[in-house]
Amino acid sequence: MPKYLLLKHYRGGPELPTPVPPMPEWDPADIEAHLAFLGHVNDLLKENGEYVDAQGLSMDQEWIRYGGPGAAPVRSDGPHPETGDLVAGWYAIDVDSYERAVELAAYVSSEPGPGGKPLYEWIQIRQIMEAPPSYAE
Amino acid sequence: MDEGLLRALVPQVVTALLRRGADFAAAEDAVQEALIDALRTWPGSPPRNPRAWLTTAAVHRLTDAVRSDAARRNREERVDDEPEPGPTEQADDTLLLLFLCASPELSPASAVALTLRAVAGLTTRQVADAFLVPEGTMAQRISRAKAALRDRRLDAPADVAVVLHVLHLAYATGHVSDDQLAREAIRLTRQLVLASSEPEVRGLLALMLLHHARHRARVVDGRVVPLDEQDRMRWDHAQIAEGVAILQGALAAGRRGRFQVEAAIAALHDDAATAAETDWPQVLAWYDELVGLTRDAVRDDPAAVLSRAVAVGHVLGASAGLLEVERVEPVLRDRWKVLAVQAYLLRMAGDLPEAAAAYARAAERCPSTLERDHLVRQAALVRAAGSTGRVNDR
Repeated sequence: MPKYLLLKHYRGGPELPTPVPPMPEWDPADIEAHLAFLGHVNDLLKENGEYVDAQGLSMDQEWIRYGGPGAAPVRSDGPHPETGDLVAGWYAIDVDSYERAVELAAYVSSEPGPGGKPLYEWIQIRQIMEAPPSYAE
Repeated sequence: MDEGLLRALVPQVVTALLRRGADFAAAEDAVQEALIDALRTWPGSPPRNPRAWLTTAAVHRLTDAVRSDAARRNREERVDDEPEPGPTEQADDTLLLLFLCASPELSPASAVALTLRAVAGLTTRQVADAFLVPEGTMAQRISRAKAALRDRRLDAPADVAVVLHVLHLAYATGHVSDDQLAREAIRLTRQLVLASSEPEVRGLLALMLLHHARHRARVVDGRVVPLDEQDRMRWDHAQIAEGVAILQGALAAGRRGRFQVEAAIAALHDDAATAAETDWPQVLAWYDELVGLTRDAVRDDPAAVLSRAVAVGHVLGASAGLLEVERVEPVLRDRWKVLAVQAYLLRMAGDLPEAAAAYARAAERCPSTLERDHLVRQAALVRAAGSTGRVNDR
């Protein structure tokens, strides 16, 4: 069965149909409802036998590269530190089909935002590669 | 400890509990727990009668009652008195469970997982490892599968085609992750052959044997080796001979099906001493038969049409093969496979820049790292050959 990452982003991706303020500006009850929904998705995936992994990422980020022999690593904030693509976390799922992954991504995107209305957040789907070759020659 | 022997006991003990009136989900759970106990304790103290031990342990788990050792010994002796099942009864037990697990109510992947645990006798951990998912996820998937089967009667009429599909998928899953699963799928198909006279059952067993015979040559040092470059000394020639004999027996029944046809194609590849000696006209004839099994092959079996295109390329020329690929291009979901076949045929046609570009585009879309690495190497080799005017790139 194929595995996919459903990626949530702090920023980047297409524009939201209805823009929402950053989460710290939400009503506390709406934040609770939002977080509870994310936990509920975890439970749902486990219940379905589709769960592989789920993680959240902090907003801190830095780019690092090799500096050359004997030199310190080179550090950068990236080309667009304020606006660049920033991943917030993921659900890793193991499902029957790509269509099922799309269905789950849309469900994640229905997560409640301010006033309990759906966020309509864009979820990015990426297939996880597996090492083994396919059966056919 | 002989783990294979222990695993072979699993379907016998599950069916023994079913015959005593236990419910399938509970019986299968009990045997799984007894199996894990056995894997833990048998190496230190092997039982006198493994089957009686496993049955007793499973019954104990099932009743979930605390009994005295005396009572347990008593039960063990009673189980001991039951006659050992002969090969036919064992095959019947396996068959009963295969028909139960390979139910059309389950998604094929769930049916495979359940079959591997309840019939092949793998632990949840082993099945989870084969599917590369956490153990808890696999446990949940299996318990949901059993819940979906709750109302299914043991003697409900079953379709052998569904069982064959599940075994084939188990084999293919085993092939991609772990050779042990492939061997288990072969073992279960052998059991099914003992219990069914359907030629397609023999066809599937032949296909598995003829395909599995090449497995040591297929990936070498972590690199995919395409069929035409494999070291044929590494093939299992005894297994090929067995597969050919089983296939001949199946074909003699005169009721052909897709597994027999696919096995015939595999046999022709296995039969060639070198890639150059492959009997491509015969391969193409069998592919014609394969695509003839569906009413509209492009729509119903595009993978077969795509594989046939390679044979068309070898028999009628690369451009004829490329025309065949065009027919399935709009239908096939696996874009990378279309591109990989196009690349192969373009290289055959001598159009090296286009072949390199197609290999590169196939690599971009390929979901397997090993296969992707192979396609990237092909792209680079063909590109280099194209720029220096060399055609050979092996």
